[in-house]
Amino acid sequence: MDLSTLTALEAGKLIKNKEISVAEITKAALDNIEKTDKNYNAFVTVCHDEALKQAEEVQKKIDDGTLTSPLAGVPMAVKDNMCTKGILTTASSKILTGFKPFYNATAVERLEKAGGVLLGKLNMDEFAMGSTTETSYYGPTFNPWGENRVPGGSSGGSAVAVATDQAYYTLGSDTGGSIRQPCSFCGITGIKPTYGAVSRYGLLAYASSLDQIGPMGKTVEDVAEVLSIISGHDPKDSTSFNQEAIKFNLENNVKGKRIGIPVEYFGKGLDADVKARVLEAAKKLESMGAVIEEFNMPELEYAIPTYYIVACAEASSNLSRYDGVKYGYCTPKFDDLSDLYYKSRSEGFGMEVKRRIMIGAFVLSSGYYDAYYKKALQVKAIIKNSFDKAFEKYDAILSPTAPTTALKMGENLSDPLKMYLGDIYTVSVNLAGLPSMVVPCGFDSNGLPVGLQLTGKAFSENTLMNIAYSYQQETDFHLKKPVLKKEMEV
Amino acid sequence: MVIDDKMIDYIGELARLKLQDNERESAKNEMNKIIDYMDTLNKIDTSGIEAMSHAFPVKNVFRKDEVKPSISREDLLLNAPDKSEEAFKVPKTFD
Repeated sequence: MDLSTLTALEAGKLIKNKEISVAEITKAALDNIEKTDKNYNAFVTVCHDEALKQAEEVQKKIDDGTLTSPLAGVPMAVKDNMCTKGILTTASSKILTGFKPFYNATAVERLEKAGGVLLGKLNMDEFAMGSTTETSYYGPTFNPWGENRVPGGSSGGSAVAVATDQAYYTLGSDTGGSIRQPCSFCGITGIKPTYGAVSRYGLLAYASSLDQIGPMGKTVEDVAEVLSIISGHDPKDSTSFNQEAIKFNLENNVKGKRIGIPVEYFGKGLDADVKARVLEAAKKLESMGAVIEEFNMPELEYAIPTYYIVACAEASSNLSRYDGVKYGYCTPKFDDLSDLYYKSRSEGFGMEVKRRIMIGAFVLSSGYYDAYYKKALQVKAIIKNSFDKAFEKYDAILSPTAPTTALKMGENLSDPLKMYLGDIYTVSVNLAGLPSMVVPCGFDSNGLPVGLQLTGKAFSENTLMNIAYSYQQETDFHLKKPVLKKEMEV
Repeated sequence: MVIDDKMIDYIGELARLKLQDNERESAKNEMNKIIDYMDTLNKIDTSGIEAMSHAFPVKNVFRKDEVKPSISREDLLLNAPDKSEEAFKVPKTFD
């Protein structure tokens, strides 16, 4: 039996029924990574010995009845911007060379407490700034669905590890679409939860008011199970909501669910195949009993400039902590303290990160603050308000995730503004703090996956998961697998 | 062209970043393009609208003032590029 193609819950069941040991499944996963990852570069770090050790410990706790989670013993991996105790954590940046945190991010801690076995740390755009996973200091990650295609980003490694069956599920983070767009490009399922649903403690900050950790996986059930483990109040994150972990009750029923489609999202710039697949998905949901209706949300036009002003401003402040003194990369040659700061930062950050820090410093600088930063926060209020109005009428908003399918390597790297414009369907959701999930809904004429995005009001994860679950019960796009390039076995 | 050489130097100073000569021209071009695009916000009327920093109302979060163990010095210094036994080491800042 090929263990790797199981879903996370199927794997957990085999472990629970003692049909396979945690060590066996972990060993198989590590072997698989070794065979495939030279072709995909999804991992920055593989925790070979640590994972095998953890597997033994988890097995004991399953055997003595302390671990009862349906995902106990299931191997997983997390994006490399989440702190992992004693394990290299780089945010795919040179500036965090050698950084080994002395604590776990809360989301990682909760998975480990539930018996998750950490296979390693996943590649990403440097500091989560990018939509292609090409800005990583550790080289790009490759999409398994097409030759020389990007996996999306910034959680590209997290998406590819699932799409190639290297890990049963992964964690990503989403500041402006970084979970959803790679899910769409790689044909997997994932959710950006409501802001504050999952603790950000131990997540290396990019834009704190927008960042949110979320699960990525093979099915809605898997993703829901992971979210029920990692969500819930954490005293270590003052923006985490004071409520219990989200519990899901999945049933195949969308009858009477009101789903709105913003017409602005289907205009200029949207690839014809993507448009067709997403509208087919809407028809499918309609045939299953949902009520589909078009509506207008003209304010969405302002989402991208607003997002980039807010995100860059927060990034310029958050990334000031990387100074060559406390951790990570320090320049070998310097004249004085100021020179040490300048050189460590200028040599340690990649160009896209430098650009965003500098734009952030600009929009916050005196003389420009009101025209850019303050203005953006006002427009953010307008965007939030228009979502609030939409959710008076609808249970969910249906849209494409990205205007295209997976791009060719290098296509947008030289034109940052063009790359930013690709975030058109995702960033507004972060500005409004809303939950939003992506499920595969078909393929384009090149055989590349298309993802359907469903967005709901704050804390409506259960509603979104139910719509997505129902859709997956009636379709099989999420079960399709790319043909993997494996190294020849010797 | 908001971002000229003077502005690049100024924000570089604010951000403690110095661009190489070969990075500078393209950075200026890209940033001007991006900031021009950000200017589309001028089309939308925001008079009378309060700036919103968080999507949901956030309140101060208080906890009891209890004595608890804090992060140890060893842990904090674990990743320091240069350190003495009890502190981060930096070049001399005054004579």
